[in-house]
Amino acid sequence: MSHIPEDLRYTETHEWVRREDSGGYTMGITDHAQDQMGEIVMVEMPPDESTYGGGDPIGSLEAVKTAEDFLAPMDLEVSGTNDSLDDSPELVNQDPYGKGWLVRFTADDDSQFDDLMTSDEYANHIGE
Amino acid sequence: MMLKGTLPTIFDRSHPGREGAALPELDVPETDAEELEGLLREGPIGLPEVTEGQCTRHYVTLSCRNYHIEQGIYPLGSCTMKYNPKFHETIARLPGFCGLHPELPDREVQGTLEILRRLSEMLGEITGFEAVSLHPAAGAQGELTGLMVIKSLLEDLGEKDRDEVLMPDSAHGTNPASAVLAGMKVVNLSSDSRGLVDLEDLREKAGPKTAALMLTNPNTLGLFESDILEITRIVHEAGGRVYMDGANMNALMGIARPGDMGFDVCHLNLHKTFSTPHGGGGPGSGPVACTSELAPYLPHPRVVRDDDGGYRLIDRGGQAFGRLLAFAGNVGVCLKAFAYVLSMGPEGIRSVSENAVINANYLKALLSQKYEIPYDRGPCMHEFVASGGRQKDAGAATLDIAKRLLDYGCHAPTVYFPLIVREALMIEPTETESVESLDAFAEAMLSIACEVESKPHLVTDAPVSTPVLRLDEVRAVKDLCVVEPWDRPERE
Amino acid sequence: MTRYIPNQDDQRRRMLERMGAGSFEDLLAPLPQEVRLDRELDLPGPVSELSLHRQMAGLARTNTGSEKVCFAGGGAYDHFIPAAVDHILSRSEFYTAYTPYQAEASQGTLQSIFEYQTMVARLCGMEIANASMYDGASAAAEAALMAIRVKRKDRVLVAGTLNPRWLRVIRTYLDRAGFFVGEVPFDDGGRLDEDALEAQMEDGFSALVVQYPDYFGQVFDLQPLAEKVHSRGGLLVVAADPVALAMLKSPGECGADIVVGEGQSLGIPLCYGGPYCGFMASRKKLARKMPGRLIGKTVDRAGETGYVMTLQTREQHIRREKATSNICTNQALSALTNCVYMALLGETGLREVARQCYQRTHYTVRRILEEVEGAAVVFDNPFFREAAVLLPASGEAVRDAMLDRGYLAGIPVPGLGEGALLLSATEKRTREEIDGLAENLAPVCREVAT
Repeated sequence: MSHIPEDLRYTETHEWVRREDSGGYTMGITDHAQDQMGEIVMVEMPPDESTYGGGDPIGSLEAVKTAEDFLAPMDLEVSGTNDSLDDSPELVNQDPYGKGWLVRFTADDDSQFDDLMTSDEYANHIGE
Repeated sequence: MMLKGTLPTIFDRSHPGREGAALPELDVPETDAEELEGLLREGPIGLPEVTEGQCTRHYVTLSCRNYHIEQGIYPLGSCTMKYNPKFHETIARLPGFCGLHPELPDREVQGTLEILRRLSEMLGEITGFEAVSLHPAAGAQGELTGLMVIKSLLEDLGEKDRDEVLMPDSAHGTNPASAVLAGMKVVNLSSDSRGLVDLEDLREKAGPKTAALMLTNPNTLGLFESDILEITRIVHEAGGRVYMDGANMNALMGIARPGDMGFDVCHLNLHKTFSTPHGGGGPGSGPVACTSELAPYLPHPRVVRDDDGGYRLIDRGGQAFGRLLAFAGNVGVCLKAFAYVLSMGPEGIRSVSENAVINANYLKALLSQKYEIPYDRGPCMHEFVASGGRQKDAGAATLDIAKRLLDYGCHAPTVYFPLIVREALMIEPTETESVESLDAFAEAMLSIACEVESKPHLVTDAPVSTPVLRLDEVRAVKDLCVVEPWDRPERE
Repeated sequence: MTRYIPNQDDQRRRMLERMGAGSFEDLLAPLPQEVRLDRELDLPGPVSELSLHRQMAGLARTNTGSEKVCFAGGGAYDHFIPAAVDHILSRSEFYTAYTPYQAEASQGTLQSIFEYQTMVARLCGMEIANASMYDGASAAAEAALMAIRVKRKDRVLVAGTLNPRWLRVIRTYLDRAGFFVGEVPFDDGGRLDEDALEAQMEDGFSALVVQYPDYFGQVFDLQPLAEKVHSRGGLLVVAADPVALAMLKSPGECGADIVVGEGQSLGIPLCYGGPYCGFMASRKKLARKMPGRLIGKTVDRAGETGYVMTLQTREQHIRREKATSNICTNQALSALTNCVYMALLGETGLREVARQCYQRTHYTVRRILEEVEGAAVVFDNPFFREAAVLLPASGEAVRDAMLDRGYLAGIPVPGLGEGALLLSATEKRTREEIDGLAENLAPVCREVAT
């Protein structure tokens, strides 16, 4: 059983999103996703202030023999990325919802956040 | 004898002043190199300094740490690791062949041109196509060539909008990579419950954007695409062309020809089907065969035979899409393939495929005692895909089984490919393995399956008999070290 | 029935029985009748080893060019190859192994390629090198594509002094992928046209590809060029002659970002153009954009040193359509050839090869100017081991007439003038052969001119 915090929203492609008090958002990949990939050895991040439509690939994660894109969960503008992953990409494995976060962003259409899956829906989605 | 553990590098064996080769004395008056003032290298290059004996000993010691086809079975699926006839190596080393400068005019290289021309014709006959280019250096470059030929034709037909390449989800990784390199988009097709192209999906996706379908036949599950005539018809009706990845041609020679199945173009791997050695990862050769419709677009250079019986290299003009290498291609590899076809003859060539198919089916029957064989609805062709799923559930993954095979003195099959089979073990024995060798391999595989049930640590700890134990691949990525560190001496 | 297929009829029958098939035909059930070939292939053979030897030796004899005294270069050079090179390569352990997918059983290939990468990187003055490309020209094209991945501009500039064959390969690769090639011309003095370069850089570019020494053998300092290219936001890709690098300042030292080249000079026979071996080296920070295989050092479970294929997520078998290249099979055995050759020649040997190429080519040019009335060098710049000479007769006609006298005198370069011939002398060309070339050229030029 993987860990699926209740206060987050999820995508079908295994990203999680948190709405911050500031009004911005933080995203990462789920515990289930990191477990499927194995030890992450590299994270490629989007440039700051770049904008993406929901579902666009914005960066990638690499293990030794797999590489996966992570996707924009909603229409967004990048406001920051997790620099500590440059030296310690394994944080994505160790603490996917905490120190292993990937991107902070802002969004104009908050309703897209509400449309994302709840933890129960996500648990159902991955068959747990 | 094989040495285990860490070995020194050639740099560790170096000592200043040693030499491994002697050059003649300079017997011409010297020119002062002062014009190169400021452009000359200062300080050492950093090459090793060893004697010929030390150098030979070092690399012979290293060689003993390789598994190779002359040691035992090498059943890598889709790689066709067959025996490489010795005499063909001798031929390629004849001074008349290997002493030819590529800028020599045609009249000085008639023997080589004749071989290239005749080999093209032989490969055309084997594949059922009108024209053959021997230019591409390997299979992936053959794929690129095939797609560029199709793209050039479509441009000439005013169909520039066709930029999609359809391919099954079981395709070799080179297929999508080649499509992108040719400036095209990849559209994946699903496989149906038989493990074959899903015709419904194909009908849906083939259309006005379709440039080509890339298909491996037999496919990467080792299954012949029984609907091949319908598949090629659907693509043609949609206005696309059909490319065959010929990596698996060892199943079909003398039995069926891509040209007769409705394919428009295919590549061959001389380093697979035509017995030229792999060299630890090349050089290979990836000739491309195609219909007369596509032939004008094949790359430069090409060899033609003139009415007077002479051979000529065409390097300019016409509709060729360009060239992918500086010179003609991997000519030395072509010589060996030519010798192979002559050695075998028509009956022998067909016998290659018959025996490859019999060997694969025999091995499949033996392994099915312990291993799951997905999509097993009938005979396979020259290879088959087993699954280590049952063993994975018992505690040892396919990777572990592969490593344990090394302890049994066998090379492992291709693993985790194709992607549509869980814990895939893709096995291609080839025709040059005897039934005794197949029995021994099956026994090793079955014995490992028993170990997984009774003593799984033997499998998960494997290999233990190899020069090194299992290697840390995570570290190789994170602490990237692809050249030996060197404290460059300070300049004087 | 053939010497390469062991199973006999009785064995095949027993095997078919074991799998429940009545005959081989049963195994062909998945093939529709319409696609089965209903006749024997129309092929010659089978031929015994002895008669094959006769046939092949006969064909080899018609390759009269192999006996000509070779003064041609143009990206392929007639160098001396120590016998030990072929002996080592002929170990079946090396030449009959596959790509090292099972690292524990492929340490021989892996360590030797790691050593090769090290030697290439040091020669180029770069931090990393890959496990080889098909040839120098395709390596240059892949370097151009790599620069586009790094800089994301869809144009690459190519110096007009690049080997024209290589330019055609770069064009083929880039055109089809939807990118653009801008050719920067050279002036009458053989130098890159600075104004044209400035203008072309204006329009945005990912890299400039320049040959070192250039196609005509000329050596220019790369450093000012590197500075200029970098200041405009591009990468400098250098296509280098590895032998020259033993003598000249390394491209890395001059500021190159990617270095490629043709490894044929390092122990590989001429063999009418292939198989050869492209090399590629770069700055470490570009590693993830690099095409092809990379072998990396690591440790095993017991802490012993071992080698594996690394950064594999760049490659087609994992990344598929997002791979850095489609290359799979490369030229591993040719790379091993380069490695063993460089190990045998070593620090002093390779420098000596470079020195002798320099000296013998300069002597050749000097002798031609002495012997052939009206001959001149095309450009008056420093050159390394190749030079364009202008003869008072058609270059092509001279080459053909010289073949009758036993010499491959060079490569006609009509673009530099009707009488232009590009020639090169390696350490193999003796003083006698060089004098012979010059002394024969004189009458041949007179004959051909009339």
